[in-house]
Amino acid sequence: MSLAMVRAKERWREQPQRVRVAGLVGFEVAIAIALLLWVRELGWGFAWFAGLLWTLRIREERFRWGVEAAMTIPALVVLPALGIITAAIYLVAELPRPIRRRVTPVVALGAALAYPFYVSHLFTIPIFGAFPDVATGVVMIVFVMMAVGLNIVVGYAGLLDLGYVAFYATGAYTAAWFASLQFPHQHLHFGAIGITPDLPGIHLSIWLILPIAAIFTGCAGIIIGLPTLRLRGDYLAIVTLGFGEILPQIARNGDNLFGTGFNLTNGPNGITPLDAPGFGNTLHKAIPFLPANYLNSTNSDRLFFWTAIALLLITVFCSWRMRDSRLGRAWIAIREDEIAAAAMGIPLMRTKTWAYAMGAFFGGIAGAYYAVFKSATFPGDFFFNISVFILCMVILGGMGNIWGVIVGAGFLAYLNQEGLANTGAWLSTNLHVSIDVPLYASGIYGVIILLVMLFRPEGLIPDRRHVVELHEGVEDEPLYQAETA
Amino acid sequence: MATPTHASVAARTRPLDVGRLLQGGLAGLLVLAFLAWVVVNFVEAPSDSTNVILIGITLGCLYALIALGYTLVYGILELINFAHGDVFMLGGMITSTLVGTVFGLGAGSRGVVTWLLVVAALLIAMIFCGVVNATIEFIAYRPLRSAPRLAPLLTAIGVSFILEDIALAIWGPNFVSVPQVFPESRLFTFHGIVYEWDKLIVVLITVPVLLALVWLVQYTKQGKAMRATAQDMDAAAMMGINVNRTVSFTFLIAGGLAGAAGLLYALYVTNLGFQQGFQLGLIAFTAAVFGGIGNLPGAVLGAVLIGLIQAMNEGFVWHAPGSDWTQSIVFSILILILVFRPEGLLGEQVQEGG
Repeated sequence: MSLAMVRAKERWREQPQRVRVAGLVGFEVAIAIALLLWVRELGWGFAWFAGLLWTLRIREERFRWGVEAAMTIPALVVLPALGIITAAIYLVAELPRPIRRRVTPVVALGAALAYPFYVSHLFTIPIFGAFPDVATGVVMIVFVMMAVGLNIVVGYAGLLDLGYVAFYATGAYTAAWFASLQFPHQHLHFGAIGITPDLPGIHLSIWLILPIAAIFTGCAGIIIGLPTLRLRGDYLAIVTLGFGEILPQIARNGDNLFGTGFNLTNGPNGITPLDAPGFGNTLHKAIPFLPANYLNSTNSDRLFFWTAIALLLITVFCSWRMRDSRLGRAWIAIREDEIAAAAMGIPLMRTKTWAYAMGAFFGGIAGAYYAVFKSATFPGDFFFNISVFILCMVILGGMGNIWGVIVGAGFLAYLNQEGLANTGAWLSTNLHVSIDVPLYASGIYGVIILLVMLFRPEGLIPDRRHVVELHEGVEDEPLYQAETA
Repeated sequence: MATPTHASVAARTRPLDVGRLLQGGLAGLLVLAFLAWVVVNFVEAPSDSTNVILIGITLGCLYALIALGYTLVYGILELINFAHGDVFMLGGMITSTLVGTVFGLGAGSRGVVTWLLVVAALLIAMIFCGVVNATIEFIAYRPLRSAPRLAPLLTAIGVSFILEDIALAIWGPNFVSVPQVFPESRLFTFHGIVYEWDKLIVVLITVPVLLALVWLVQYTKQGKAMRATAQDMDAAAMMGINVNRTVSFTFLIAGGLAGAAGLLYALYVTNLGFQQGFQLGLIAFTAAVFGGIGNLPGAVLGAVLIGLIQAMNEGFVWHAPGSDWTQSIVFSILILILVFRPEGLLGEQVQEGG
């Protein structure tokens, strides 16, 4: 930042609060009016969003309630769905802080679980278009899982991993090996559903494959990690990048490994189809709630969606508990100062390897579940871009903060799946320019990474501890600034 | 660039270090197996193998120009400039436009005017890439100089993606073909060994650029400032060196080298895709690490070796893995070097590496 900008910022901070609030509100009202004159929905959308953010910051209770009513009632009349969302946000925000901390995740989880039922009644957002459908939701959740897994490596332990896609690929291929016709000379069936008993190949139950894939990928993480983790940060990034390029190349060329004719990955054609997940007829009869076979169900996307949410819950729970465990505190200590951590008796190699293994573990589950959902794995799915894409989710959301990572990952995965295409369509109707926006997806992530690292390195929803760490070198502030929380 | 020396190696190694011995033995075996493979190939097909070596040296020259950019920047800022490969790609793209569209050169263009135009394109590509690289440093790295180490690395990746998409927007998703301006006619043939003019031209342009770089770094005041900044930025600033300007200058030089490499690659290979910069950049980075990052002769040596290995892998007839595996082989070398000898072939033992 140039000196003039710093001075201007300081001068702005010195103004009394009333002046600053009035200035910002005036600025936003001007933007909203300009947008209203241009594209009406965009103006209303901006006004709603800005209003929502401002309302929550009003201290005076009666005034706040009045503004909240003034925001909610017209929204309810014009767009009932938006009105309900607004009301729900306000209700949760009005709860006292200790209750709110517990209620917010429950409300978010409830909204997510019920999502397939109300998605068709929702409105379209300006620029981004319609809300994602349920199948997109499954992919989004898979990416959120991967981001939460990568957050363990990058956010907690501070090890930059540029080859996370390798773990994703390992999980996906493990699932494919154990649930398809890939090895026709083997004959092993255990708990798989929807196939005839004499079908060749290895067919295990999907519920068994997910942990197998996770453990296998975790082991791969340890094997990759053991020799490389003693390297310093940027060298480690390069080595992981190398692994991230080597493994997909093995997947691409794996239909004839070293000229021996051994077909490991079926090369560029990928492995497809995979067995369907399900609980089998016996369990289905005993507990009708459990579906026999996902693919025979009329609403298979919903089943996949709810299963994905269950897996995500497990991932988030483990990640959250691990952060507060002895191991998690050791990770954060290493991230903050490796030498000091070692001096305090933390075994560096073992702790880092655990971080790597845990990150790989969840990447493996996510990859395996994605393969099962798509019923296929193709080597073309595992590019370096995906590694950076997942990294971008973690950075945007806020390294180290699970909730931030979930929000960032959900948003970016939505952009990647539907949002960018919708944006392109919106641009061509409203601006009359035709840009193939999804083609420039990686450039857009590049811009996001650049802007976040330059202007808000702690991410959208920061981890408070990380903020201190990131800013201590940049601005000359006391190490622990007392915050009125 | 000079790497800071620390306590001597001998003092730190214990008298009988089994792990080190084992490592040395394994590395020796690996090198021996590789040499045996090369020898068998030469016995099986002598002329083909010699051609492969000639291709490898040409490739190595190209990689050397790119690898020097990585090594210069790493030497001064300890930053892996991921965007460097894409700057190289932009150089190639600019060349394709200049040579093909602006100057209207074709496959048959010969004569003094053609050569002058190629030299003009070389200068324009070098200046363009140098300015782009210095701008990247100003926007994306300078504000983060005091931030944690990983922050500029992340912005470097971001910038690399942005540059790729700029090239995608301007030159399109398909490979851009460049007219064959370098003559492909044979310089000499000897028992099946063929050496074409275009390979010689690549070497003939690379070597003076490298010599100019050595002169710049070793014998000019600006080069002295660069070396001083690389050794200790704070101390250099106290000695009255304008550190920011020196860093910008280094990025300018690195970008200029990438621009030269881009022109040579575009005219030698005659096609170029927007995603190639990143891949070739990684190969060149491997070369820089191979030779010892931060070490200028090391980068050239590493680049020639990597170029030879790549050419052998793709061209040898006896048990060569083939071009499907080039990336895997190059990255395996990278990983092995980083894990077992992070200081590279010519580098000195540095504390941070191991």
